[in-house]
This record gives sequence, C-alpha cells and structure tokens, in this order.
Amino acid sequence: MHELGDAFAIAMALVVSADSDLLEIVGLSLRVSVSAMLVSCAVALPLGAVVAIARFPGRGAVIVVLNALMGLPPVVVGLLVYLMLSNAGPFGGLRLLYTPTAMIIAQTILITPIIAALSRQVIEDLHQEYAEQFRSLCVPAHTAMAALLWDARYSLLTVALAGFGRAVAEVGAVIIVGGNINHLTRVMTTAIALETSKGDLALALALGIVLLAIALLVNSGVMALRSTSARHAYV
Amino acid sequence: MFDAALYAIGALGAMTGRSPPILPGEAHGLVLDVDGQRLIDGVDLRLASPGVTVIMGPNGAGKSLLLRLLHGLIPPTAGRISWGGGPLSEAVRARQAMVFQRPVLLRRSVAANIDFVLKLRGKAAAERRDALLDHVGLVDHAALPARLLSGGEQQRLALARALAIGPEVLFLDEPTASLDPASMQRIEQIVGAAGRNGTKIVFVTHEQGQAKRLADDVVFLHRGRILEHTAADRFFDRPESEAARDYLAGRILL
Amino acid sequence: MTSRVLAFGVAALAAVVLFQPGTARAADRSIILQSTTSTANSGLYDHILPIFERKTGIKVNVVAVGTGQAIKNARNGDGDVLLVHAKPAELKFVADGYGVARHDVMYNDFIVVGPPSDPAGVAGIKKVVDAFEKIAAAKAVFASRGDNSGTHKKEMRLWRKAGLSVTDASGTWYRETGSGMGATLNVGVGMGAYVMTDRATWISFKNKGSFKILVEGDDDLFNQYGVILVNPEKHPRVRAKAGQAFIDWILSEEGQQAIRSYRLDGQQLFFPNAERVAQGKAQ
Repeated sequence: MHELGDAFAIAMALVVSADSDLLEIVGLSLRVSVSAMLVSCAVALPLGAVVAIARFPGRGAVIVVLNALMGLPPVVVGLLVYLMLSNAGPFGGLRLLYTPTAMIIAQTILITPIIAALSRQVIEDLHQEYAEQFRSLCVPAHTAMAALLWDARYSLLTVALAGFGRAVAEVGAVIIVGGNINHLTRVMTTAIALETSKGDLALALALGIVLLAIALLVNSGVMALRSTSARHAYV
Repeated sequence: MFDAALYAIGALGAMTGRSPPILPGEAHGLVLDVDGQRLIDGVDLRLASPGVTVIMGPNGAGKSLLLRLLHGLIPPTAGRISWGGGPLSEAVRARQAMVFQRPVLLRRSVAANIDFVLKLRGKAAAERRDALLDHVGLVDHAALPARLLSGGEQQRLALARALAIGPEVLFLDEPTASLDPASMQRIEQIVGAAGRNGTKIVFVTHEQGQAKRLADDVVFLHRGRILEHTAADRFFDRPESEAARDYLAGRILL
Repeated sequence: MTSRVLAFGVAALAAVVLFQPGTARAADRSIILQSTTSTANSGLYDHILPIFERKTGIKVNVVAVGTGQAIKNARNGDGDVLLVHAKPAELKFVADGYGVARHDVMYNDFIVVGPPSDPAGVAGIKKVVDAFEKIAAAKAVFASRGDNSGTHKKEMRLWRKAGLSVTDASGTWYRETGSGMGATLNVGVGMGAYVMTDRATWISFKNKGSFKILVEGDDDLFNQYGVILVNPEKHPRVRAKAGQAFIDWILSEEGQQAIRSYRLDGQQLFFPNAERVAQGKAQ
C-alpha cells in the first residue's frame, strides 16, 4: 500500500505548487456546492420552520417523507435532473445540461431534504421553548418563524454545513449532469473518480486528501464562529 | 422606582386606547380536563377592580392553569371567559401580558429582547427601551446576551418585556419562586408600581408574605375550585374555608 | 427580523446568480463531444483538441462515458458529435436517423490482460476465441465491463463467436463490474481476473500491478473508432456547423496527423485510418 504514502506526498506537492488545474477544480467544487447550499437554505429553512411550527393534517407524513428523502441516492437525483435537462426532456431548451448550473440544481435537490429535515428538528426544539411566550405576546406566525430562524442561526449553520458536506462529497449526481468535462464541469469528486478509473490511485487519493482538507477548513471555520457565539450564550 | 417615562409606556394602552375597558374579566363554569383528569373544576371568577389580585393555593391546586386559561394560552374544556364583557379575542389577548415562572428569553441581547416586543407592537424606539431597562435596573446590561444575566436579572428583563407592550392586564406566574430575597423585593417593587399605574395585576404565588405585601384581593384555589375570593385583609385575618385555614397555618403541604 | 431573514434569502439567491461562471456551453463556439472513457482517459483529447481549438476557436467539451451511454445521450440530443467504438451500434444510430453519417477515424486494438500466474494458460495464444474457450473451461476469473460499452459489446461478440454463453456464469467465474474500463481494470487487478481492454487504456493505466498482456495481435481484436454528427433534423439545437467542422478536421490530414503524433511512454496509442474507410465506403 505504498499508494497511501505517495498520496500524501502528491497531495502536499499539489497544494504547495498551487497547481492551476487543481485550483480550478477546487474553485468549481466550492462554487457549485456553496451555491447549492445557499439555494437549499433559501428553500429548506423556511420549509423546515413551517413544518416545525404549523399544525396541519398530514404533517406527520411530511416529516416522514422529508426524513426519508435525506437518503436520496445521488445517482437517482442525477438521473432525474438529466432527464429534465436533456434536450429530449422538458427543460432541454434551457441548455443547462453539462453546465455548473445543472450540477447546482442536482446538488440542491439532493441536500434540500437534509437541510429541511434537520432544520425542522432544530426549530421545533426551540419552538417548544418559545411557543408559550410567543402565544402570550400574540406573535404572528411569520414573525415567530423569522425569530426562530434567527435565534437558531448557529445551530442552523451546522445544519447548512451538513448539507454542504453532502453536496461537496457526492459524485453520482454531478458526474451525470455535469459530464466531468475538463475545465468546465470537473469538480473534486469527479476528478477523483476519473483518476481512479485511470488507475492513478495515488493521485486520486491525493485529491481526496485535498477535498478532506477543504472540508476540514470550512468546518473549523464554522466551529470557531460557533464557539465565539457560545461564549456569548447565543446558542 | 416610579418613572414618568415608564408610566407613559406602561399605561399607554389603558390611558389612551380607544378600545373599551378590559375589565371586568369574568370566568363562568370554567372546566379543564387533561388526560381525563379534572384540573379546573367549575371556576366562577370576576376580576372587576384594578389593583393586585393574588391567586393562592397549595401545589397542584391549578393556579398556573387558571392563569393560562384567563390569558387564553390554553382553551378550557368547558365554560366561558370574557374580558370587558366581550370574548377573549386575540385583540384582547394583545392587551395582556404574562411573566412565567422561568423566564423565556430570546437568544439575543437584553436590548434586543425589549426591541422585539416594541417592534411587534409597532412602538420601536430606543428611548422607550432604555426607559424600560432603566426602570428594571438593567440599562447597564443592555448589550449583554440575555442568557448571561443572573436569574433575578432575567426575570426583571422578562418583566420589562411584558411591560413593553403596555399591558392592561399583567399575569405573573410565581415569578419570584426561585429567586433570592433581594431579587424578589425588586420584582415586587416593579409589579407594585405597575399596579399603581393602572395595570390590572393577577399574581400567582404561594408565598404568604409576598401575598400580604402585594394583594388587594385574594383568590384561594384548592383542587381546581375557588374556595374563597375576598379582600386580602379579610382573607389573611379570617379565612372562611377549612382548607384556607389549614393552608395559611402551613398544614397543607405546598 | 422578517426583513433580515428575507435579506438573507435575497443575498443567497443573488450570490448564486453572481456565482455562475459564464457557461461555456452557451457560447456558440463550443460543442459537446459524447465519447468513450478509453479515448478520454488515454489523454488523446488533451493532445489533439488544443490543436483544433487553436485553429478554429471552437472549444470541444468531452463527456466521457461508455459507448452505450454515449449513444443514448446523443439520441437524446445531449451532444453534437459522437466518437465511439461499436460499429454496429453506430450504424444503427445513423440508420435510425439520429446521426448524419458515420466515418472511420482511427483504430487500435483490444488485448487480454491477466495475472502472471495465468491460471487458464492463455499467454501467447494467437486466437482470442481460443483463449476465451480456455478461460471458460478453466473457470478462471474474468472481469467484464458489463456496461453495454463498446468494449463490452466487442467482448460479447467474441464470447458468442467462441460459442459460449457466459452470462449464465455471471457471478461465478464471470464477473460483470457494470463500470468503466479503468474501474474494471482496478477490479481485475484486485481479484487476479482476466480482463479484455483496449490498448490505449491499458498503456495509460497506472494501477497495473503485476498484470501483463497475455493475448494480442488477433484480427478479431481490431478496435475501430467512428465519428458521427448528431442529426440536427432530429435535434434542432445541435450545433451542426461547429460539429461538422470538428469532424472535417479530425478526418483531414492535419487531424489524422494529430492522432498519429500522440504517444504515451513512447508508444503510439491510436492509428488514424480515415482515408482507408473513405475508400472502403466507396467500394
């Protein structure tokens, strides 16, 4: 298993040399997955909040479905988005297939249930605490929702991060809708898949290490933010 | 402790509101069943006069539940509640405020907790907020996260927040139950001032000294029923019911 | 508070919009080439496409999948040019009206690789069909693409020619990976299985372990690549002009020379034969 040692050496060399291809791939990975995370949050956080607060028939079913969708296989999402965006599909005219936008769409669909389901839990917990006080103050539902989202923001940051982690790590969806086109839609995971298929296991592993390092950086950044806020008792 | 600016805030609703008077508050045949257990058992109550009404009674008597029913936080199983002769509508509820035994503060700064309520009522203004914080002695802590305050300070903030809406009725559910004597005294001062400013106070406690200090009239609740509702002096001097006598003598465990 | 949350949402959406890189696909001067992993992974396109791009300004975006998948994608109109290696399927694609015309571009050959222990004793056998018979008789482990790719189709034709129905043995000594050439080679090397692969992938493959080429040089192992313009009459969004320019170029002497000049480890990986086919078609 000399690949492991080689991989670390190659990873170091890649990072130190700031290889332009690598930077491009890393940049696209971040751009696609951060975008997917932001779009997902814009949809999933309000959705999670509504499901957390509102009482309506079928609410239990919605929660079960949301939780189940957290396990959505990326390949299935990729296939669905491909069928939608294909020139033979209903949205072929948009010419989005094999573009970063297609990858963002796929990852957004993939992680929206995750962010919605987890934020629903977070907000529901906080709502338990606030509900009676809010009722006493006659806080309207939309104000309550906004207040809960705001007050739970540091917990929700972790939720968003979970979504980002899933998005940046998945390969099945982006390789189908992105096509792994060099200098256009190649991201970290599809590059890893490519190098693995070329039998260059050390390089593939090195890319994996770089991906891990990026995830580590992002997470520790958020942790630092959270601990600051914890010191200020906002969590 | 009396403060002209606060008076303007606290009694704003009562003084300038064109809405009909909120008193009397009335309950008729109020019943509350929870999981097949009758916790409020046919309560008739009339809160007609301003001032401080103290609800007393042993643990499990249903004091907190009665307060929540009167404020409309929970619906009764049977019976009727009215304020000012009308139903307990959202508009009426918005003219009432409640302070809970354990203060529920937003995960924000002290000032933001007040601002939230002022904004909610469309009365956001830094001066109002500062006057309120000054009134409860927290103006120096305005920028602090609310959850870093001591228990007594948190409860004073909760009280300031309740006053921020300018309530015409203020419900307090054992607000000093877990506080030190000094904190308790400050809370009582603030509540007393609000009562003198024209806010109707409904105060749950089983602390006799506190009840004596605050109460104009006393509602004695036992096993979900009101056994007595009389002027405070009379209740403490000559309680009519056996249960009240036992309770005041410390023979009913709290 | 509501406004702050709203502001966040707007900011998020704005960020996404601003984040969007200029989609090269949208530019007129680019085409999608649906092609195979063998050609892409070998590095051929990295060698020849910059030459074409410098000359014409047309950027060629390569989607590298199995031939079967590439043809399917092209049928859906998700590509402008198809460059694959499964002649019968390519001809059917054209016959069905999805492609304009098919041209031979280049060839190389398939080989059978395996562990040095060579449990079925196929090393040096001249006819690949004989080697397959020996592998089946020995029930020696054989890793197949099993993905309907050009290589897989070729392999299936060879088993049929040997009169063997290997799919019955699927899961025993005959193992279908359902993955690309590289992934299948990884599996083969991992389990000491025989694998049929195109030579270009093998030469550029870096995880060979101790594996060796055991069977090569049989005419049956000929591997022809063809190029097809996706029919703009079927799919109006096909960039026919730019696509045809690419096809014209790759069939031209300059394109053929570009293919000829690509070497890896001193070996030529693809052999241009456009002209020969043009004559072949004329007959």
